Amino acid sequence: MENIPESYLKYTQRKVFIICLLVLATALLGIYAINAGSAELSPAQVLLTLLGKAEGRLNIIIWNIRLPRVVAAIVAGVGLSVAGCVMQNLLRNPLASPFTLGISQGSAFGAAVAIIALGAGSTHSTSADAVIINNPYLVNIAAFVGAMATTLVVLFLAQVRGVTPEAMVLAGVALGSLFSAATIILQFFASDVQVASIVFWTFGDIGRASWRDLEIMVVVTGAALLYFMANRWNYNALDGGEETAKGLGVDVEKVRLAGMFVASLVTAVTVSFLGIIGFIGLVGPHMMRRVLGGDHRFLIPAASVMGGLLLLASDTLARTIISPVVLPVGAITSFMGAPLFLYLLSRGYGKR
Amino acid sequence: MILSVDGVEFSYSSRPVLKDIKFEVNRGEFFSILGNNGAGKSTLLKCLNRILKPQTGTILIEKEDLFALSSREVARRLGYVAQRYESTRFTVFDAVLLGRKPHIKWGATARDLEIVRKVLAVLGLEEFSLRYLDELSGGELQKVVIARALAQEPRVLLLDEPTSNLDLKNQFEVLKTVKKAAREQNIAAVVVMHDLNLALRFADKFLLLKNRTVFACGGMEIMTPENIAGVYGVPVAVERLASIPVVVPL
Ligand SMILES: Nc1ncnc2c1ncn2[C@@H]1O[C@H](COP(=O)(O)OP(=O)(O)OP(=O)(O)O)[C@@H](O)[C@H]1O
Ligand SMILES: [Mg+2]
Repeated sequence: MENIPESYLKYTQRKVFIICLLVLATALLGIYAINAGSAELSPAQVLLTLLGKAEGRLNIIIWNIRLPRVVAAIVAGVGLSVAGCVMQNLLRNPLASPFTLGISQGSAFGAAVAIIALGAGSTHSTSADAVIINNPYLVNIAAFVGAMATTLVVLFLAQVRGVTPEAMVLAGVALGSLFSAATIILQFFASDVQVASIVFWTFGDIGRASWRDLEIMVVVTGAALLYFMANRWNYNALDGGEETAKGLGVDVEKVRLAGMFVASLVTAVTVSFLGIIGFIGLVGPHMMRRVLGGDHRFLIPAASVMGGLLLLASDTLARTIISPVVLPVGAITSFMGAPLFLYLLSRGYGKR
Repeated sequence: MILSVDGVEFSYSSRPVLKDIKFEVNRGEFFSILGNNGAGKSTLLKCLNRILKPQTGTILIEKEDLFALSSREVARRLGYVAQRYESTRFTVFDAVLLGRKPHIKWGATARDLEIVRKVLAVLGLEEFSLRYLDELSGGELQKVVIARALAQEPRVLLLDEPTSNLDLKNQFEVLKTVKKAAREQNIAAVVVMHDLNLALRFADKFLLLKNRTVFACGGMEIMTPENIAGVYGVPVAVERLASIPVVVPL
């Protein structure tokens, strides 16, 4: 190993170190998040419970309420951020994200159809909460179908036009506004409670996920991460331009179609369980690209962890800022994300 | 013979760009492609690298049919530097390491890093190795993409105007490096050039393209004032200055 440039190894080690720091920060914030709330737990109790050494009440609060929420925030953050990261690379467009490609709007439309046309939303109000979604599975499935339908149409159109990235972005934007319009028209014919249910669904909410939902999210996100990592050299090559990538033996069209499909799948699964959560897919990858550079060997894991950390932070903030009221996390991410994003832009992201 | 091209025809949708292209490149050769703007030089290079697929014709690389190889196998045999390239948020070292991609299975090995180090040293890019590409000058960036192709260790180097952004010294150094690589590793370099004097200086063989097809192909003997004037439409004189051939437009 004597001839390898020391400085390069140091440089890559620094990246690994930053990723480790982010993982650590996420773990600490996770413990804090389990701890935070109205039940007055202590960090020690949290740790004991996680190790399986606590009695009943704690077990229930932590295992059934707090922990799933924390895991959901991290998994969803990872999924949305890594999907955004890969989409930006594949479409060679820094603005590519689940939202700009119409996937979120497609899922919202699917959910609206389920709530209004298929009767999955409640039509009566109970004492405390007027908004009830009495068949969450139907809504989840419909949202998923909506999201994937958008994706497939985008990919199909792109395929017909020869898979140019511009074609994909344009098709995504067009479909996004089409679905938004369709959702509005649907709402026009819905009852007040149904409209409330749709609006409620559309605001992303991390607390919605059950352990069963989480299992699916973890498996899909994990598999996607592995797939993206296996393709990291392809994505690096694509960063240098399409012809460079082809010259390096990348089957550009195939990598692009398959990558877009997997990224959309992760997004669709996340969004259909939790609702729309904006900006994570933009902020996570762009922050890490600034800090670590565009090398996907490190960018993919870094953007993933950053996404998880950001969403966990947003959700914890949403729960605690005016506790016991829980703000919709989608609003928090956009609220924090937009200024952060503008800041990043002003720091000269345009140099790319 | 390392590369053999026969009867290649190519058109962009309905606009024909290349027709009946035929030539051969030998091992160790510096092969220069010349012709005016829009003659189809870049298109030809892309066909050789299978970025574009010619409508007819055969291309053999080391006696194997180019179109029967997988993308990875093509990339191991042919290294390509495009006429236009992008600067990204990669460090120079990482950008050159990318050239090892066709050889890398999962992770970059110590050998890959060593090859990159050597290439950077040869092209005098060491001091930039941890600089981001979007912080380099045009010429520095051009050297990086050439370094990437060298790190790829291909059998044939395809370079599209590799010296268009370089100063006098770097033009010579880069072309010398390419020529040396071709000689020593017994590979070939196919280089699109506009500077006739540089071509005369470095190339062993020349391909003159005109009107979508081969105008002339061969060694020094085809670089006559008549042929050059025929291709570029400008009368020229070919003289020797300190026994170095030079072309002067009249
Ligand atoms: N993508 C394309 N679609 C349609 N026509 C193209 C395309 N690319 C190039 N052409 C046309 O094909 C012809 C050959 O182009 P090519 O880029 O091969 O020229 P060149 O010899 O490399 O020129 P230059 O010296 O200017 O680089 C030109 O007339 C050009 O306009
Ligand atoms: Mg050209």
